[in-house]
Amino acid sequence: MFELLGIPPQVLMGQLLLGLINGSFYAVLSLGLAVIFGLLNIINFSHGAQYMMGAFVAWMLLNYFGIGYWPALVLAPLIVGATGIVLEKVALSRLYKLDHLYGLLLTFGIALIIQGLFRNYYGISGLPYQIPDALAGGRNLGFMFLPTYRGWIVVASVVVCFGTWFMIEKTRLGAYLRAATENPALVGAFGINVPRMITLTYGFGVALAAFAGVLAAPIYAVNPNMGADLIIVVFAVVVIGGMGSIMGAIVTGYGLGLIEGLTRVFYPEGSAVVIFVIMAIVLLIKPEGLFGRAA
Amino acid sequence: MRETATLNETKAAGGDALLAVRDLNGWYGESHVLHGVEFDVKPGEVVTLLGRNGAGKTSTLCAIMGLLAKRTGSVRFAGNETIALQPRHIARLGIGFCPEERGIFSSLNVEENLMLPPRIAAGGLSVERIYELFPNLLERRRSQGTKLSGGEQQMLAIGRILRTGAKLLLLDEPTEGLAPVIVQQIGATIRELKKEGFTIVLVEQNLRFAASVADRHCVVEQGRVIDMIPSADLDANIDKLHGYLGV
Ligand SMILES: Nc1ncnc2c1ncn2[C@@H]1O[C@H](COP(=O)(O)OP(=O)(O)OP(=O)(O)O)[C@@H](O)[C@H]1O
Ligand SMILES: [Mg+2]
Repeated sequence: MFELLGIPPQVLMGQLLLGLINGSFYAVLSLGLAVIFGLLNIINFSHGAQYMMGAFVAWMLLNYFGIGYWPALVLAPLIVGATGIVLEKVALSRLYKLDHLYGLLLTFGIALIIQGLFRNYYGISGLPYQIPDALAGGRNLGFMFLPTYRGWIVVASVVVCFGTWFMIEKTRLGAYLRAATENPALVGAFGINVPRMITLTYGFGVALAAFAGVLAAPIYAVNPNMGADLIIVVFAVVVIGGMGSIMGAIVTGYGLGLIEGLTRVFYPEGSAVVIFVIMAIVLLIKPEGLFGRAA
Repeated sequence: MRETATLNETKAAGGDALLAVRDLNGWYGESHVLHGVEFDVKPGEVVTLLGRNGAGKTSTLCAIMGLLAKRTGSVRFAGNETIALQPRHIARLGIGFCPEERGIFSSLNVEENLMLPPRIAAGGLSVERIYELFPNLLERRRSQGTKLSGGEQQMLAIGRILRTGAKLLLLDEPTEGLAPVIVQQIGATIRELKKEGFTIVLVEQNLRFAASVADRHCVVEQGRVIDMIPSADLDANIDKLHGYLGV
């Protein structure tokens, strides 16, 4: 087989796959952030903690109730999404009249509390979660070995991202959402319950984070800090893609995962910072983000 | 006082009014802009609010919709007191609002804009009928809402509240900044809507246009209705009106 700049194709493909998997998480998480930011104008700093909660709820469902991966894939987002709805109702909804900064600080504080609680009860060593039987093993694609579960992550994230994009851009419900993002007062004056839409949207964004958490549970140890590390990169992804742009969040998520993978092949030392370097460049050249609308 | 006998007469007739506004006060934050607006609109009537820039016409419509930060007094619609209600509940009683800035959503195409306001009662116009009234909208239904010309955006802003079953339409300066032929088309549409049984409160600066579509005219000045002139008496009162409007 061919070699590119002395890199064996197995290595290249392996890193690209890894990049695509990271990109899957970036895409689903930044999509959730974009959905929330679009309507609520709040940068949801709890997003990483809610991703972690998704993984933990899957773990708890299995270990306390014997409920396996497939039901957890639906139940955990619903449960964590419900906590998001409560959070929005009791706390966030009181802050909309104030500067965005207060929402950011509140969600940041809540993230610290949630992570602290989980650390207190479960420690930081990480809890194992088995790959479901149906997705165990892998297959040889000829040019590389593809672990089935990793392939599943990519497929599941693409389906969820496309589904969310379709719902927001192509359905009547999505039209309400887009309109309320632009002019909530007028949408209310047409008789639509905007506060309820805001609550459900926050719950949905949180559920997306939790879904990513369930996807992550079998490949990363379930750990109270798993979200804190990831979310910093995801914020950079959102800044690059442009706040509030749905397609921007998705494309940038996968794209940056791949770029990170390529960097690991050609310049491993730079792989940890490449996304932040890109973020700095984008901020200098196009501050509203690659897909953002100029304010 | 400039308050006239006719003004008091219409107020006394509040019983059979579809919309009855009494002692309506309104604020933007600290700034008190409506100082006791009073007027009535009977079912099927077209009533204008006339007045100079900054007189409080838009604020009156916004206060009726519940869109001001604070309002006091009484706004009764179809027998319901709405002063304590949220805008969405007021809308659901059967009021359609077409704002001064038109409020076309740029992230929605024309058809999505048209279909956005939910049906709140039976008896709204069908989409086919709306496209019949505004053929331009049908042609451009896949375009981005804000890519339309000013006149088309105005038609869209009016058209989308006709579907919902609202009985009362609040139209804020639908002719502002539009070419004469479009103004004529909108005038014809308003007359058509009156025939279909809609009740309309119309904010206007254009006296000629107002006279051509409305039954009565309420003159707004400094956050009050200071006079009411039926269209039939317009010619007799034209000098007084020009005085109010400063033309
Ligand atoms: N958002 C706002 N905040 C504070 N004051 C406002 C606001 N909007 C209007 N006003 C003030 O309220 C008063 C009434 O304004 P309003 O817009 O109701 O007048 P209008 O009769 O509709 O005028 P125009 O013919 O220019 O549309 C004016 O003094 C205006 O400056
Ligand atoms: Mg006005």
